[in-house]
Amino acid sequence: MNAVMATIFSASFLFSVIRLTTPILLAALAALITDRAGVMNIGLEGIMLCSALAGVVASAAFHSAFLGLIFAIITGVVFGLIMAYSALNLKADIILVGIAINLMASGGTIFVLYSICGDKGNSTSLKSLTMPSINIPVIGNIPVLGSILSGHNLLTYIAFLSVFLIWLLLYKTPLGLRIRVVGENPNAAESVGINVRKIQYIVLIISGVLASIGGAYMSMGYMDKFSRDMVAGRGFIALAAEALGTGTPVGIMGSSLIFGAADALATNLQVLNIPVQFVQMIPYALTIVGLIVYSVMRNRKEKKIGISK
Amino acid sequence: MKNKQSYSSKTIENRFEIFRVIVAIGISLLVALLLIMFASKQPLNALKWFLAGPIMTMRNFGNVLELFIPLTFGGLSIAVMFQCNQFNMAAEGSFFLGGLGAAMIAVGVKMPSVIHAVVALLAGALFGVVLCLIPAILKVKWKANEVVSSLMLNYIALFFGSYILQYMLMDPDAGYIASHSFPKSARLAVIIPKTGVHMGIFIAIVMVVLTYLFLYRTKWGYAIRITGQNENFAKYSGIGVGSTIILSQIAGGALAGMGGATQVLGMYTRFSWVSLPGYGFDGIIISILAKNNPKFIPLAAFFLAYLRVGADIMSRRSDVAPEVVSIIQAIIVVLIAGKMFLDTYKHKMIVKNSQRQVKEEA
Amino acid sequence: MAENVADNVLVMENITKVYPNGFVANKNVNFSVRKGEIHALVGENGAGKSTLMKVLFGIETPDSGRILLNGKEVQIHNPSSAIKYGIGMVHQHFMLAPSLTVAENMVMGIEPKNMFLFDFAKAVQMTEDVAKKYNFDIDPKAHVKDLPVGQKQKVEILKALMRGAQILILDEPTAVLTPQETTELFVQLKELKKQGHTIIFISHKLREIKEICDRITILRDGRSVGEADVKELSEQDISNSMVGRNVVLDIQKTEAHPAENILSVRELSAVNKFGKTILNNVSFDVRRGEIFGIAGVEGNGQSELAEILTGLRPYFNGSVKIKGVEIQNLSIRKIRELKTSHVPEDRMTFGIAGDVSIKENLISDRFYKKEYNHSGLQKAKMINEEADRNIKEYLVKCDGREQPIRMLSGGNIQKVVVAREFSSNPDFILVDQPTRGIDVGATEFVRKQIVKLRDQGSAIVLISADLNEVMELSDSLIVMYEGEIVAYFPDTKNITEKEMGEYMLGIKKMSPEEIGDVIHEK
Repeated sequence: MNAVMATIFSASFLFSVIRLTTPILLAALAALITDRAGVMNIGLEGIMLCSALAGVVASAAFHSAFLGLIFAIITGVVFGLIMAYSALNLKADIILVGIAINLMASGGTIFVLYSICGDKGNSTSLKSLTMPSINIPVIGNIPVLGSILSGHNLLTYIAFLSVFLIWLLLYKTPLGLRIRVVGENPNAAESVGINVRKIQYIVLIISGVLASIGGAYMSMGYMDKFSRDMVAGRGFIALAAEALGTGTPVGIMGSSLIFGAADALATNLQVLNIPVQFVQMIPYALTIVGLIVYSVMRNRKEKKIGISK
Repeated sequence: MKNKQSYSSKTIENRFEIFRVIVAIGISLLVALLLIMFASKQPLNALKWFLAGPIMTMRNFGNVLELFIPLTFGGLSIAVMFQCNQFNMAAEGSFFLGGLGAAMIAVGVKMPSVIHAVVALLAGALFGVVLCLIPAILKVKWKANEVVSSLMLNYIALFFGSYILQYMLMDPDAGYIASHSFPKSARLAVIIPKTGVHMGIFIAIVMVVLTYLFLYRTKWGYAIRITGQNENFAKYSGIGVGSTIILSQIAGGALAGMGGATQVLGMYTRFSWVSLPGYGFDGIIISILAKNNPKFIPLAAFFLAYLRVGADIMSRRSDVAPEVVSIIQAIIVVLIAGKMFLDTYKHKMIVKNSQRQVKEEA
Repeated sequence: MAENVADNVLVMENITKVYPNGFVANKNVNFSVRKGEIHALVGENGAGKSTLMKVLFGIETPDSGRILLNGKEVQIHNPSSAIKYGIGMVHQHFMLAPSLTVAENMVMGIEPKNMFLFDFAKAVQMTEDVAKKYNFDIDPKAHVKDLPVGQKQKVEILKALMRGAQILILDEPTAVLTPQETTELFVQLKELKKQGHTIIFISHKLREIKEICDRITILRDGRSVGEADVKELSEQDISNSMVGRNVVLDIQKTEAHPAENILSVRELSAVNKFGKTILNNVSFDVRRGEIFGIAGVEGNGQSELAEILTGLRPYFNGSVKIKGVEIQNLSIRKIRELKTSHVPEDRMTFGIAGDVSIKENLISDRFYKKEYNHSGLQKAKMINEEADRNIKEYLVKCDGREQPIRMLSGGNIQKVVVAREFSSNPDFILVDQPTRGIDVGATEFVRKQIVKLRDQGSAIVLISADLNEVMELSDSLIVMYEGEIVAYFPDTKNITEKEMGEYMLGIKKMSPEEIGDVIHEK
């Protein structure tokens, strides 16, 4: 037990919490922006995976990590558009579209990986680049705190900056207001001439951008290569994080940190004497617990105002 | 009133549905061909193996039939749950746990043959039920989103299974991570020599019939379909919506679990799954292709099995990875699920027909 | 009409609107409004008021006719263009986002900007300005969800005014308001009028129309039956023109012979989700062999009463007994097993599953019963035969029992619902708006079946907003107004429409003793 405590309260553990929160946070923000406009994006997992591969391939092809990121983002945008077209124009159930994208991603990335590297496991043969790590000037010099907060990958800082940016977008811009109106009462939006479909297209594109940065982080930050199914359910965990975060960017940052911590715990406790499988279960089990807590809370609230029968 | 020229609108809709499926498959194959042309140095060679490979030798065709078995189970499982309008993805985990449960019985207890296999299959089904029930209960009791909870459960099922395998079933002498080998009494016999096609194909066919009867000929299936079509109507009619949702997940879980058991007992001599087998997810594609109707599931499963085996052969004989199939699948799912796909064309067909009817009547 | 065209800010000429299901909602309707007046638009449910206003606001496109604003013809294709022409509409269901602030709701779609950011301070300022201009008292920073209904309505009105509405359509604005809020609203409407705005006021409440409106247009059965100064008409006059009978379908009906009590409702009260009382101390009995009508303008508690009697709304105070069994805690199936049936008001939502075959829609209430199943399987032959019999007996026009029900016309869909609910020979049946939106032939057929069912010994509750129907079919009836029974007629033969209209519109109310006669078992 002492060993567990010592692990949890070490600076390196907290550093890894932030590291592992990054992809979940980005994906959860991606889920948030669509959810606020009344669209459920289940395809985040697949978008992240495809972007992770796109980033690696492009960074190797152009010898530029930055161009790698750009290509990852373009991939995310393309998938956002595909989802929007299928769900909003073809009127396919958006949950099915999301599932289709996830299924496609896990096989499709292997197909592309093999076509390019001749390997189905990972992209070691590609000379891909990673996004740089950043040492924050002043904070980096503070003992303990500096070693927790400084030295992270650029994309980690972008993730936490995105919390602010998404907050700004949702609550401080005309577009954000329209997004919230569309999500709450599309008829109201329609009645004042707001184009609901256009707004939903926009949020799916933004969602694609955020998820793709999360994917790029996996292969160009957290790791330095692509490996098959490397997103490992983080796109789904993000959906639960979004629900638990009560639909606000700051709340989502909190719930993402919890899931990030669970992930870090799973990584760090593997050295201990617990069967590794139970440790690996932690993030997923915690997600289900979180989902239940959220649902119970929501139902109580509804009962209070007498909506549910 | 009816004659050769004009049709009832139902006939038009049915014909149109078939047409839509064919166009969707056509488009997706076209995309696949383009991808292969792009990815391969000898695209024509790759294509030949992809499209004709499965019927070139008996052995290859045997592979199609082998794969047909788990895909059929996956499709049936998903169809029962989708018919109730529940997007429970735990079929995947149930498939895995079903295989595990069957392996535990196969390795853990001694029984006479046939009975051993039957008990192992039922154990697999039971394992499958337990897993699929969890998202259903969370949904009915607390309205927790079943998609997220079931996806998480798949991971938990995988880790749980890998724990059981490592600490309870593992044979240290196997040379790799695998259980002790199954006794013959528990295995499903191969029925076509020189292939791996086993008894499971009969079980699958029987389950297709039973699932069809269950959904379309029993009161439980009726309740499931009505609830899936219109929950308000079900409630108004006096159907217990919550218990019906749970029932559909029990049936789906049992089918997936039994599918996992069949696969493990038919195809392997030891349990050695260290990742999710994917047949539950494949079930989604098959079920959508079959319009969630068990009647069409064998056809859809065969189609997908053919594509998969074709892709596999292609990958062995050329430089294209078989995962190209996953792109075909995604396009098919989206196009068939898209209600508006080809809708203008359908509308034109119906208008034309009714104009013809008017003319005939005049 | 021609003499004061110049005063007419709005003229709608020969508007005809046919819905895709063939229902003619407006037939050559003429409607004109003078600048600066409050113009009442009245009519029974289904008379075409809503459709006419939807045409004006660009939600529906008329099949013929034209709209003139200030003498110039305009094309209004969607709400945005209506707004551009200075038309604003306050819908019955508020078009607001509840979690947002008043100011945010006010400016959505026309957000003020500071660089690229939303300028909330400016939005508050804009809201305050417009509120001040029209003398509305509203807190721009409050969240809409925290506001009482009256305040929400003010936000809706201000929203339209901020967008430059000169003509304001108010769709039954007082339906959701308390008397105090109504008084306040009227003060504000008069203020708007003083500032030159034109108001179209849709309402059923004649007292209110007399109080606030200048002129009135009455619609009946999709046609305009007249336009007048409100001063010249009494409440009775308006009521008479609104509810006059036209197509009287010939229904052969012998005298009823009511027998024992089947349904007993005692001191029934219920509140809606906003906490507003929707049913207040309602008591009545319904006997075997009678058609018991419940008349009233829609929204006076009939729908909620129907939901309670059929188990769809389990929360209420008081007692509802069917054949002596209290149904408060019974499941819908248990209630149905008391031999009860229900033809629902909203047949597409509750009455059918559209993609499922006619045959399967016919058995949803009985599929689980022993006689329909044999060793686990459904008795296909029996179910098929029963379906064919029902299709034949209830004259359902279709391609056969396997056809998905959504392909049928509204009238035939209703026949299927009626076939299912009537063929179980219920002891008690609730029939809610049985002929709404269906063709004449189907209407007549359904009505005849109701009478037949009565003669076979069912206790029938008929809820209908169609005055013809409820008076023609019922043996006895009650009138509901604001959640209460305001009249009971043990015999419907001698009631005049005029009288009915007065009770329905809240002009008159019977004494408690007279109403108390509806209870047969004390």
